[in-house]
Amino acid sequence: MSENLVKVTIDNITVEVPMGTTILQAARKVGGEVAPPAMCYYSKLEGSGGKCRTCLVEVSKGSEKDPRPMPKLVASCRTTVMDGMEVKNITSEKVLDARKGVVEFLLINHPLDCPICDQAGECHLQDLSYEHGAEGTRYEFQRRTFKKHDLGEYIQLHMTRCILCYRCVYTADQLTKTREHGVLDRGDHAEIATFIEKNLKNDFIGNVIDVCPVGALTDKTFRFKNRVWFTKPVNAHRDCDTCCGEVQLWMRGDEVFRVTARKDEWGEVKDSSKGGTGWICNTCRFDKKQASDWVVEGPAEVNRHSVISQGHYEKLVVPQETFEAVMDGRSPKLLMDIHSVSEVNKPEKSLSLLDRPAHSTDFE
Amino acid sequence: MQALTQRAKAVDRKPMTWWEKLYLPSILKGMAITFGHSFKKRPTINYPEETRPFSPVFRGLHVLNRDEEGRERCTACGLCAVACPAEAITMEAAERIEGEENLYREEKYAAKYEINMLRCIFCGLCEEACPKDAIYLSETFAPSNYTRKGFIYGKDELLIPHPIQDPEGYAKAKGLNN
Repeated sequence: MSENLVKVTIDNITVEVPMGTTILQAARKVGGEVAPPAMCYYSKLEGSGGKCRTCLVEVSKGSEKDPRPMPKLVASCRTTVMDGMEVKNITSEKVLDARKGVVEFLLINHPLDCPICDQAGECHLQDLSYEHGAEGTRYEFQRRTFKKHDLGEYIQLHMTRCILCYRCVYTADQLTKTREHGVLDRGDHAEIATFIEKNLKNDFIGNVIDVCPVGALTDKTFRFKNRVWFTKPVNAHRDCDTCCGEVQLWMRGDEVFRVTARKDEWGEVKDSSKGGTGWICNTCRFDKKQASDWVVEGPAEVNRHSVISQGHYEKLVVPQETFEAVMDGRSPKLLMDIHSVSEVNKPEKSLSLLDRPAHSTDFE
Repeated sequence: MQALTQRAKAVDRKPMTWWEKLYLPSILKGMAITFGHSFKKRPTINYPEETRPFSPVFRGLHVLNRDEEGRERCTACGLCAVACPAEAITMEAAERIEGEENLYREEKYAAKYEINMLRCIFCGLCEEACPKDAIYLSETFAPSNYTRKGFIYGKDELLIPHPIQDPEGYAKAKGLNN
């Protein structure tokens, strides 16, 4: 064993990690169910974490030298491992109970507008409440509402959905030179906003959409266009001067509905092949909505538990058309072209190319 | 070979007698049976003038519901389409703009909503999936049609009549009359 490596046991699985690693990172090394969920911690953003308390774990043995358990549950994203530490996550009744409470707190002011929310299907809070939350709510009061803030032409802010994880604030701080938004006020009134009504238009500001664990910050160019589970995620790239240009396209047919950065299994932006985190620039994200702008590499991997995988895009094998070969080159007779009768998905109308949500005027 | 049942009867191949060769008695016997039926209770009804009562769980033609103010309930969340095993439902969503608040209940709505009745198997999973109580399977049959085109139902066909502007049609569609 090297000097810098320490042994830590998480849910009876022992891993060796370098000194100074957080419990959460060590648990992610084990992977699967053992890794505590995290709403505010983002490994690619310095200083994030410690706010949402969903990653609480029980430390049943402090270290080899001091085997006393920690008196309270600790936030695993902020607590570093010690040699011989024993951590209980899903094996601890206390942790599961506490997490249920945390989810209830997070959902107190969160509106139940998942049918309208564009994040539905890839929302971390949705997953978290599905896995750890209680079925009903005990909250009987008016939910918190806010004055609407306009964050410019690209980013839609729904403050009621925000869980104040501060990820977008760190993103703006660390990716861009000028941060124009932040958290105003305190406590119950705290909200993400620009101090004076201002557009967020820095080159990399679009990444706040990717880091947002809920639907508080969403893409205006994709707003209401389609549900994520009807779009097909494919990996694609293009030559970009400002960013790595490696993205995930969310396509339907040949239409590019949305462009996001590639995400790893923890829902965080993946590292690019050129090294460094694969943040993408606004041009790639908002302006390149033609399939011809991109070089498509292939279908992106989708977790099979995700609703996005219901279309089975990932391992889709298109069978070879045999009709023409058998019928001496005659193509099959079409009994009904669906576009001749259907009003939906008209081929001559590309909603994906609109840079705002569709309105009733677009369907006249 | 042993017969499987006791009901097997050997075919009678004896030549017909003079009485049987006449045929007339048999014909009269058959006609008497037919005539006798006109005095019995009729098992059929005169559809569509008369209809049989449906079972309460009958799953018929879909309706898109409105709320009590007449606003469309559907928000185009896509859960019916993803639940549909026959992939019969398609939709396109739009954002509600100013002045349309009395038309649509939520910020987002289905600008286009279509059910392909040729594909629909009337399983009712769309009704179960709907979080907004927007889609219902009514107690009506899907009417027949001469062309395939007539079976693509859009919002014109599916939306329930307006409860304030057309209270009669609304009550009829809701089945409140009977």
